[in-house]
Amino acid sequence: MKLVAVTSCPTGIAHSEMAAEALEVAAKEKGHEIHVEVQGAAGGPPIPAEAIKSADAVIFAVDASVREIERFAHLPKVEVRTREAIDRTAGIVDRAVEAAQNRTPVTAGAPAEGGAGDEEEDVFASVTGQGTSKGEEARRWLMTGVSYMIPFVVAGGILIALSFAIADAVAVTEVSVFDPETGLATPGDLGIDTITWIGAVLLTIGGTAFGMLVPILAGYIAYAMADRPGLAPGIVGGLLANTVEAGFLGGIIAGLLAGAIVMALKRIPAKGTLKRMMPILVYPIIGVLGVGALMLLVVGEPVAAINQGLGDWLTGLSGANQILLGLIIGAMMAFDMGGPVNKVAYAFGLLSLEAGNFQIMAAVMAAGMTPPLGLALATVVRKQLFNEGERRAGQAAWVMGASFITEGAIPFAAADPIRVIPSLMVGSATTGALSLAFSASLQAPHGGIWVIGVIGNPLLYLVAIAIGTVVTAAMVVGLKSLGRTEKEAAVPAA
Amino acid sequence: MTTISDLITATSVTTDLHATNAEEAIDELARLLEADGRVTDRQRYVETVVAREAETGGTGMESGIAIPHGKTSAVSAPALAFGRSAKGLDFGAGDGTPSDLIFLIAAPEGEDDLHVRVLSRIARKLIHESFRTALREAATPQAIVDIIEQEVEL
Repeated sequence: MKLVAVTSCPTGIAHSEMAAEALEVAAKEKGHEIHVEVQGAAGGPPIPAEAIKSADAVIFAVDASVREIERFAHLPKVEVRTREAIDRTAGIVDRAVEAAQNRTPVTAGAPAEGGAGDEEEDVFASVTGQGTSKGEEARRWLMTGVSYMIPFVVAGGILIALSFAIADAVAVTEVSVFDPETGLATPGDLGIDTITWIGAVLLTIGGTAFGMLVPILAGYIAYAMADRPGLAPGIVGGLLANTVEAGFLGGIIAGLLAGAIVMALKRIPAKGTLKRMMPILVYPIIGVLGVGALMLLVVGEPVAAINQGLGDWLTGLSGANQILLGLIIGAMMAFDMGGPVNKVAYAFGLLSLEAGNFQIMAAVMAAGMTPPLGLALATVVRKQLFNEGERRAGQAAWVMGASFITEGAIPFAAADPIRVIPSLMVGSATTGALSLAFSASLQAPHGGIWVIGVIGNPLLYLVAIAIGTVVTAAMVVGLKSLGRTEKEAAVPAA
Repeated sequence: MTTISDLITATSVTTDLHATNAEEAIDELARLLEADGRVTDRQRYVETVVAREAETGGTGMESGIAIPHGKTSAVSAPALAFGRSAKGLDFGAGDGTPSDLIFLIAAPEGEDDLHVRVLSRIARKLIHESFRTALREAATPQAIVDIIEQEVEL
């Protein structure tokens, strides 16, 4: 059996070292191979990546948090305090061996006695399973990014939903509560009531959290690939994905590019001064410059072209069959959720609204509501297909979907784009077409069920949304069950 | 070059602790380090160590060793004191085993890689039964220093 272990304690002199020695001795006595990394004051060399890759299980003997824990995300884990590792070493080695044999994926809290508060990582460790194949490796990268992104989605989504719920969803978007030159604007300054003002404040805060979705996603994808040096290039790449309005798919591209660039830089052999310069100067500067240039010069252009081309195409379709138009708009809304394709469809809705065609806007909003709603439904009806983090995100997705905050679906889509995005598109296309077929109308550009008062034909509108939600959930459940290998299916069930 | 004698000398070792509880033992060993000039403010150092013991539930191990330690500016140079207690003292070991081999570690603020490395080497040795037995059987403080020096190859 091949084991790896990390020991760590706050002062980092005694306990971490003793635990390391104890584990090394006990593992060798039992005929296992072990690599131990001491994360303490003296510290030792990190475990070689190769050893982590080929390991069967990981032992954390820690009184402090494990640095760069993502490296071990694919391994079954036994987590104990250093004392326990010193006093009962043999038993702990046995537990690790057992975990490896059962391939017990780590779920939050399961074997972790007094774990160091890394629940989020634990949650995602359970999804990533064991894989070392390229595909599963990529999946681990995406899941790491998603796990760090979820809190931003939930915070931003719920605050924005709250804003729409308590205040007029249109009025809150039309004011700016803070001006860098004049400072905070009071309700009186803006000529709005206090509730609208509070709504605008919530929207500003929530919107800021949403602004971080793509940078955090990209940053932590790169972090998963290339460790800490990947983070800065990833985040900057994500910010540039925002700049060129490439959406979360652009963010995934930015993260993968940043990670790949830093991974490549790390392979450059360097000695002496140059070696010391690598992490301080070379990785950040070349990494950020590289991913930045690619995002601006290579990714930005096609995105702009998509914007232009799709916009023109949709305008040309205006007079065409309404059902077809609904299908297309719906599918576009769900494709990249805030990315260029979604934006084109939404902008088309806005233009139609200004031109006095209220039905297109209704279809756009309905199609933007079903992705989070459908996923939320899927996490309820087929819990075992989702890990704990996703199930939690699913609860928040109900509120976000109802409030037309399509971003609530991004964590699911980013984690498993190939299965999730087509499902969302089919569900949204259904709803878009139904909304137009029912001649539902909407005179506000957003707000979800909170603007139900200005929706024409509201009952059938809700029926359209409900049907799309069920279609989305059915598709997600179907594709996730179908495309799953036995191994994968077994993993999140724990 | 760092040698073991930079960290532990016969004057900071006692084979016969008088202390009747953990706190007294920590103070008794800290006095040895104070006499050596390694601990400049004994009271503050002992407070730090005792507080840490209380926080962590004690550093006693089931093998009978305890490694109370503290990192504070009340320490001028990294040092190690060792005391053997005939009856054993309660350092909060998981199964209640009294600790008879007590290593008090004093570390100054800031990084001192080399010394920390030596300390951690010694800590590692404590895992080995043969090392503990030798410490239990050594007759004099100098013998204990010799054992440590011998075992912890530098």
